[in-house]
Amino acid sequence: MTGWLLVALLAVPLLGALLLVALPGVLRPWLKLYGLLVSGIALALAVVTAVAFDHGQAARPQLGLDLEWIPGLGLHFHLGVDGISLPLVVLTALLTFLCFGYLGLGDARGPGQLLWPKAGGNRPRAMVFTLLVLEVGMIGTFLALDLLLFFVFFEIVLIPMYFLIAVWGGAGRRAASIKFILYTLLGSVVMLLGLLLVWARTGTLDIVALSQAHGAGIPRAVQILAFVAIGIGLAVKTPMWPLHTWLPDAHTEAPTVGSVLLAGVLLKMGTYGFARIAIPVLPEGAAAVAPWLGAFAVVGIVYGALACLAQRDLKRMIAYSSVGHMGFVLLGFATLTPAGVNGALFANIAHGLITGLLFFLAGAIKERYGTADMSRLGGGMLATLPHLGAVLTFAAIASLGVPGLAGFWGEMLSLFGAFQPADGLPRGLFLTFMVVGGLGAVLTAAYFLVMLSRVTHGVPARAVAVPAGPAPSGPVGSASPVPLAPAGPLAADQSVPLGSPGALVADQPAPLGSSGSLAADQPAALESTGAGELPDEQPVAVVAPATDPLNGTPGAARRRAVPRDIQGYEFAAWVPLIVLILLFGLWPKLLLSLTTPAVQSLLGALS
Amino acid sequence: MIQQIDYFVIAAPLVLAVVAGLVLLLDAFLPAGTRARAGGLGLVSLAGVVVALGFVVAQAVQGDRSRATFCVPQALGGATAGSSGAAGAQGLCSFVVDQFALIFAGLVLVAAVVVVLLSMSELAGGGIPVGEWYFLLLCTLVGAVSLPSSRDLIMLVVALELVSLPVFALTALKRYDGRSSEAAVKLFLVSVVSTAVMLFGVSLLYGVSGTVFLSRLASVFSGQTAAPGAAGDYLLQAGHGLPGVVTVGVVLVAAGFAFKIAAVPFHSWAADVYQGAPVPVAALLSVISKAAGFAGLILVLLTALYGQAATWTPVVAVVAALTMTVGNLLAMRQRSAVRLLAWSSVAQSGYILAPLAVAGGASFGSEAVGTSLAYLVIYAAMNLGAFAVVMLVSRTAARNELDDYRGLAFHRPAAAIALAFCLICLAGLPPGLAGLFAKVVVFREIVEGGAGWLAVVMAVNTVIGLYYYVVWTARLFTPAVAESGVAEPVTAGVAAGGSGSPGGAGRAGGAVALAGTGGSRMLTAVWVAVGIALVAAVLFSIAPQLVLGVTSFSPAG
Repeated sequence: MTGWLLVALLAVPLLGALLLVALPGVLRPWLKLYGLLVSGIALALAVVTAVAFDHGQAARPQLGLDLEWIPGLGLHFHLGVDGISLPLVVLTALLTFLCFGYLGLGDARGPGQLLWPKAGGNRPRAMVFTLLVLEVGMIGTFLALDLLLFFVFFEIVLIPMYFLIAVWGGAGRRAASIKFILYTLLGSVVMLLGLLLVWARTGTLDIVALSQAHGAGIPRAVQILAFVAIGIGLAVKTPMWPLHTWLPDAHTEAPTVGSVLLAGVLLKMGTYGFARIAIPVLPEGAAAVAPWLGAFAVVGIVYGALACLAQRDLKRMIAYSSVGHMGFVLLGFATLTPAGVNGALFANIAHGLITGLLFFLAGAIKERYGTADMSRLGGGMLATLPHLGAVLTFAAIASLGVPGLAGFWGEMLSLFGAFQPADGLPRGLFLTFMVVGGLGAVLTAAYFLVMLSRVTHGVPARAVAVPAGPAPSGPVGSASPVPLAPAGPLAADQSVPLGSPGALVADQPAPLGSSGSLAADQPAALESTGAGELPDEQPVAVVAPATDPLNGTPGAARRRAVPRDIQGYEFAAWVPLIVLILLFGLWPKLLLSLTTPAVQSLLGALS
Repeated sequence: MIQQIDYFVIAAPLVLAVVAGLVLLLDAFLPAGTRARAGGLGLVSLAGVVVALGFVVAQAVQGDRSRATFCVPQALGGATAGSSGAAGAQGLCSFVVDQFALIFAGLVLVAAVVVVLLSMSELAGGGIPVGEWYFLLLCTLVGAVSLPSSRDLIMLVVALELVSLPVFALTALKRYDGRSSEAAVKLFLVSVVSTAVMLFGVSLLYGVSGTVFLSRLASVFSGQTAAPGAAGDYLLQAGHGLPGVVTVGVVLVAAGFAFKIAAVPFHSWAADVYQGAPVPVAALLSVISKAAGFAGLILVLLTALYGQAATWTPVVAVVAALTMTVGNLLAMRQRSAVRLLAWSSVAQSGYILAPLAVAGGASFGSEAVGTSLAYLVIYAAMNLGAFAVVMLVSRTAARNELDDYRGLAFHRPAAAIALAFCLICLAGLPPGLAGLFAKVVVFREIVEGGAGWLAVVMAVNTVIGLYYYVVWTARLFTPAVAESGVAEPVTAGVAAGGSGSPGGAGRAGGAVALAGTGGSRMLTAVWVAVGIALVAAVLFSIAPQLVLGVTSFSPAG
């Protein structure tokens, strides 16, 4: 019996989290290694699963385990992987491991960094615990083959994510986290209603049985209703265009690892739900709603691209780009063709890798400059930080879908699917979708190129400014180079009168000045210790670190003034992603061979 | 006629009543050293409750057969010849212990253990007469245990009053406390009015049917037996041809019970009373008193008036929808922990009521009752857990506002985790699976029963509920505000380096000081209470089958 493998995949992070509660004292000094170790074991198990998986029968759920949990509800503890879920499971384990690597190996002292258990601030143990619980929920969602079990795991994810944003987030984290959890919970409850409707009609919760039935026994009207209900729940998580508004705030405020996992895995849970439940279980409902789904998806693509063009904040821009990319995924699903759905699943994985990398980069930039505002970053990154700039360029180009990188195939297949949609669907409409989607792809290229021209290219304004004063380095490594009274209209809204304990306005970098030590620390200080407090208590939070022995010392002032380029730990976290982006870009068959049989069986009723 | 009384059947209320008397005697004769007396009386009460619980368990182990006593022999029942099997072979009985009654009795008694443990801590503070407290508490329990066994309207009303009357006094026992007195007067007025309303309804039903026994009422109102009170001696047809007086009677009786469970529009007393009353009494009101109200409501609606389901199901549906909505909306605005729990328990009443709104379907509504009961049992565990932690915090923060919970996770991690788990359960989110499964069961029942709109209302309400539960939970984990405020930010920051924050340290210090006066044993009592509730909640999360299995039955034959 091979069921133990999947159970172990869930049990390892769970036990890891519980052990952390049970033995806090013992593990405290080893937190960095501990997180890395536990997530490493989970990754190893995921790899073992991928190896043990019979690739010849990717359509069939394998390595299954089916235990009765609650007979009264007919709820089974039913796990299994097939060609659709296997890549996502591995992706989840990988991203979590990389996040732990990023947190644990780094010497950066940003929010949540495990090295720096700061007073009232970072709470590294809670961070490790939260991430491990998050991993249990994410992997469980992809493994579950029971409707209610899927829902349980789907929901388990929300709470650690909420705390990740609410505790370790940026200045506006409170509002962002509440918006995040309420939005997604509202969606979840609607989804639960849809699942219960399916259950009430068919009397089973078994996803495998329901998929094989291809909607038999559920009248068309009920299928449509259930599809809409389940679809809304999934669309909130995905997010689909009119339901996306929680996403930019959540991403902007979340700490780096939160953003990475949110974009890399959590959004995939929504799209995975379409592939696993909504489409195979309710094919007639899917066929009826598909044009709408496609329309919303296309609007999302264009809207996401236009919104990106208007963004100044790097993280926010990447968040909106997710809306656009998820639009491609949804468009792929809406076509209900093997090509389209394959494209959607491919784009899913590609987006997880690329956007994960982009958020890592955005986090690294925010950590160095104290801001992610593109106009304040000032351009010329390729000159000042060549490596970071190069990786950013690579990720942006991958994200805009250049052939040869992973971002291309998913979008191409989705649009191709829209060219020839499934039989029952109006072809003319989908052709329009394809054209508009293609236009969106062009816009995507536009905003990424605009971003690159603003950030990586151009004359590095900072190169002149920095040597002018002894810029002390803040707690975020050497994060300090703040533009010296930047020219132009920006200067007006940035200037904080020196001497006033400018901390109150500290979400804007204070200008450097004669006694800039305190002032210049502030953006960074906010980054690192604002974490624990709520916005309305900011004054305390911000001034407190000024007394931290590490900051005020003259030694800190003599550190390098130029931001560091990519550090070793960052390389360690990013290289696997870069390699995979290249690999899937050059050899898409690796992934498509897994998903194709599964997609064919999933669309069985339609094709 | 000599009536045979089966004392084993009435053992549980009997034990409680005897212990209540014993407590009063001991209170009079024990030396006045308050500390020993308070503890002693508490332990005696606890022992009484446990023995009663033992009898309930023994009755449950005896088997499925329901036992009855206080029966009127068939010959004397005055039954018309056509009396069907609904009355049962034993004739008409006033007191029946069946599975339904056993579940309620067990629920009430386990909750009572928690309440008594909380009382020990409350009474240790002094200022409340101990003997009277336990006497009144036990009297309430006598009522709450006998109510679900009652099978005639008189017994039902008497039991319900036995639940309510001592609670006024319990609320007011905190003498010289304005809030407490106000709460007691409010509760008294509301309760008396509701009793009057209900008695009027009962008299109308009696007038129409000529009987007070629920089984006979059932056969009259389902049209099987002639209604002596109705003009022309015709059979009442289910659903139509109903004299208006019956509708009025049904609505009035239902309204009387609606007061007890604080259903909208009879909800407005809840927050003030919960807040004014001592915390153990609030817990008692929200679980034991509420369970009794539901037991009565289910007995009247589903046993006696099942034939008239078409009349009352729409009413129950609307009331359920309103109750959950109003309760949740009001809860969102609260700053006081107890008030929030008060409104949230109103909202939860709505969820418990919801399945009854579809009880008119097949299988005599037994599934609906089972669902309601399952929700009630799970709700009791979660809510008692929350109240137990609130009790713990109330010892150090007299006002008991939500802000007092800020940073609880840092200076009292165990309490914070317990409270967080209970709140998440109440919200119905994983990992609080107990609440989730309870809600899923209710959803399934409603959806299958065909009340889709109610399911949607409940879904929206679930989300509203999530908001305040989650916000409260989040507060547990946000660091406490430094009480020195902005004035000394630097010291605050430095002190925060130690552990938690000065606010937390101050409160912890206060906790120690207060615990010193009350005796650490009393704090232990609260911790045991927290433990019991938490173990139950965790158990129901992992194996909700325990509840669902027990509550799937057919009520009252």
